[in-house]
Parts: sequence; structure tokens; C-alpha cells
Amino acid sequence: MSGVVMHAEDVHKSFGKLHVLKGVSLEMTKGETVCIIGPSGSGKTTFIRCINHLEKMDSGRIEVNGHLIGYRQRGDKLVEDREKNIARQRTEIGMVFQRFNLFPHKTALENVIEAPVHVLGTPKEQAVGLGKALLERVGLADKFDTYPGKLSGGQQQRVAIARALAMGPALMLFDEATSALDPEVIGEVLSVMEELARAGTTMIVVTHEMGFARKVASRVVMMDDGRIIEEGPPEHFFEEPEHERTKQFLSKIL
Amino acid sequence: MHGLVAVDLHVIWQQVFHPDSVFFRTLWATVYISIIAQTAGVLLGLLAALARVSRFAPLRWISGVYVWVFRGTPVLVQIFYVYFAFSWPTLHFGFWTVPDAAIAGIVALSINEGAYMREIIRAGIDSVDKGQMEAAKSVGMTYGLAMRRIILPQAARVIVPPLGNEFNNMMKTTSLVYTIGVFEMFAFAEQNYSQFFIADYFLAIAVWYLLLTTIWTFIQAYIERRLSESERGEELSFRERVQAAWNPMTSWARGGGG
Repeated sequence: MSGVVMHAEDVHKSFGKLHVLKGVSLEMTKGETVCIIGPSGSGKTTFIRCINHLEKMDSGRIEVNGHLIGYRQRGDKLVEDREKNIARQRTEIGMVFQRFNLFPHKTALENVIEAPVHVLGTPKEQAVGLGKALLERVGLADKFDTYPGKLSGGQQQRVAIARALAMGPALMLFDEATSALDPEVIGEVLSVMEELARAGTTMIVVTHEMGFARKVASRVVMMDDGRIIEEGPPEHFFEEPEHERTKQFLSKIL
Repeated sequence: MHGLVAVDLHVIWQQVFHPDSVFFRTLWATVYISIIAQTAGVLLGLLAALARVSRFAPLRWISGVYVWVFRGTPVLVQIFYVYFAFSWPTLHFGFWTVPDAAIAGIVALSINEGAYMREIIRAGIDSVDKGQMEAAKSVGMTYGLAMRRIILPQAARVIVPPLGNEFNNMMKTTSLVYTIGVFEMFAFAEQNYSQFFIADYFLAIAVWYLLLTTIWTFIQAYIERRLSESERGEELSFRERVQAAWNPMTSWARGGGG
């Protein structure tokens, strides 16, 4: 199964007494765009944060590119991995946050080349070339030397996408990447994401943008109450959902 | 009856505008003790702050005890204890000799200062948005690299203003080490006073302390201005940077007095 990029198996996660993920399993092959939808509190964000170990799952198993994430196998038990190894695993997973989280003390270009230079050890010149190409790709060729404070939300989020891409990840995670944006700039971010999907990037998109899911997703996954309750190609998913909960949810937001 | 003369202009004149080499030696002692103790205090405070936010409970505990003890006892007691409880070497660097008492004083002031700096640095680290650490980790940084490259540079904005006040205090607090026999500025005034009974020696060194703290105010304002540039997203031209660098007066005025 060489085409499998991400494999999650029976992932559980609780915050105190709150059981947020109640056994989530998902498998993705190379080039797929999976959109995860569902009501707030259904565990979408927690699930993708487990994929790069920003949340520590309680049980289950997640592999990206064949590497176990966050844990290492000891006998038949999983124990948390060393910090260094977790950091290395994360270099294969790009993440775009709802609130951008750009480094405010660095310019757009510095944001993009920071990790290639200081984590991967890419020579500065080479990283600058890569960084400029990525910023051009997201439509910010004129903003190399601008600090995040001087960029609009949409521009900041596009820099954040370029920053994640700069590590050459096998998998991109988008955590409600447009939810904090003003309506008029949502489109520019979505179109960058669409371009990435078309170019064959493997990505998981947690979103409330149903138009995007319908148009771009190769698969739509519906989560509710910590479980995946339904999944399928968008045509099928939006036209004839099977699950009652999915019908309710779609009727409310479409 | 000099006591009736409130200000002996001669002494002020002599010590402020025509200081002799003995005075300069004591001024230098005050300056180097302040700078070394403050620098070491910042480093100790940084270590203690990192220990405080560490995942390892014993480190957090040690950091807590450190602050508890050194903020809870008089610095003068600490200075005496450090000086008399241990034996300290006298160091020679060419022309410059640092006597054992000065070393003990520096050590005591550093440790005391570290306890205060820990709180300041921790507040700085806490002021940085939690999303910064997550973003740094998401691009593959380890905790240490993220601290050094992402968190601490941003925390510096919050740390520098109170750090400046700490250094201002430090320059004045160094006068306490005269009690263990360090020949610094206060010792100079005290010694002259006991010889000539002219209180204006104290006024003269007050002027010098004031000069030191004033110079520092300008330096601090300059540093704060540099730190706030990137946050405000200002893109200064090379010429503007040079101007800012050579004109602390303008940066001080624009920075609202630091």
C-alpha cells in the first residue's frame, strides 16, 4: 500500500471528562483532498491536531508516510516518542491554522524560510529562492519584505500556506483556514487551496465552506460527536446523504 | 563650621568636573559591577524562567525555591553571607584587578537579580501567543529551537522595559558592596567624608549616579525602539536606521521617554 499517505486507526482523545474523539479511523492516498465537515465540537479540529501530535491522543495509531506519529512501538504498546523524533515527523506535515500564527517579528519571506534554514539546514540562498517561488505561487510576489502586521488576513493566511509548503510536506492540514477571515478575502485563500489540490497536494481540510468541499474535495467526511458518521465523494455526499444527522446538518447550512 | 554651608561648591566642582584618577577607579568599579551583575542576573533569570516553564517538576520546584529565598531575604544579608561564607579569588586582567570582595559582591548581586529577572522573563514568555509555539512546532522545530528563534525574540519586547528599570536599580544598589570593602563610588565618598567631614562628597557622587542612570535611559529607549520596529511593521530604509542609531535623542523623544 505505497499510495497511503495517512492512516489513522481508532483514535481516542479526551479532555478531562470530555470524550472528544471516540474512535476515528481514516485513510488517505496520495493526491487526495479530504474535507472534514461537521458541527462545532464534533472533534474535527482535535482530530487533525492529533495527526501532527499537537494534541496527544489517548489511544489509537496514526501513521504519516509510513511513520508512526508521536509514538514509538515498544512490544505491543505505544510509548510517546522523543521530542526530536516528533519534530522530525512534523516536518512531513504542513499545518495551516485558523489564526495564521505567522511569526510577527519576521517578514513574509523570513517566515517562509525560517524552518527550511533552521530545521532542515537548507542553505540560505537556496531557501530564499524557494521562499520567493512559494510566495509568488500564492500571489504575494510584491510582499517579500513586508511584516505580517502590515498584511491583510487573507495575505497572512497565504504566507502561512507558503510557510507550511516550504518544508515540502507529504500532507497538508488546514484547520478552518478561512474561519477567521473577512468575507471578501476568503475567496483568495480558497483559490490558493484549490490550486494546491489540483496540483496533487495531499490535504485534509477542516472547513465550513461547503462550496469548496463540493467543488474541490475528492472525499467529504462528516464528523459528529467524536466519530466519522459518513463519508463519500462530494456528488454523492451532498446529493444523497445517507445518515440522518448529515441530512440535518446539511439542511441547516446549505 | 562647614555644616552651615549647605552646598560646598568647591567639592562639587572638583569631583564632578575635575574628577581625579582615584575617583575614576571607583566610578569604573561601580560601572563594571553593575554591568557584570546585571548580565549574569539576566542569564540566571533566563535559566530559572526556562526551568519554571519546564515539563520536569523538580526544575520547576528548584526555580520556585530560588525566587522564594532570594526575593524574600535582604540583599545586604546575601552580600555578607556570600562574602564571608566562601573564599573568593582576586582576579587580574592586565592593568585591571578585580578584588575578591568585588567578585563576592558581583556573585551576590547576580543571584539576587536573577530571582527578579526570572519573574520578568517568565511574564515575557507568557505574553507570547500560544499559537506561536504551535506554529513553530508544526514546521518541525524542537521546543528549544522554537524558544530561541520564535518565542524569546518576541518576549524581549515585554522584557526590555522592566529589564531597563532593573539595571537602573542595579547601578544604585551596587553601593551596598562598599560594606564588604569594595572600593566603588560610594566608598570613595564615604572615605572622603570621614576624612574631611564634607557631606558634599555624597552630593557629588549623586550627580555621577544620576549621569549614569540618565545615559542608560537613552540607551534603553534606543533598544526599545529597535525592538518595536518590526512589531509595528515599519520598513525603515538604511539611512533611517543609521539616523536612528546615531540619534538616541530623537528615538527617546519619539518613544515617549522609554
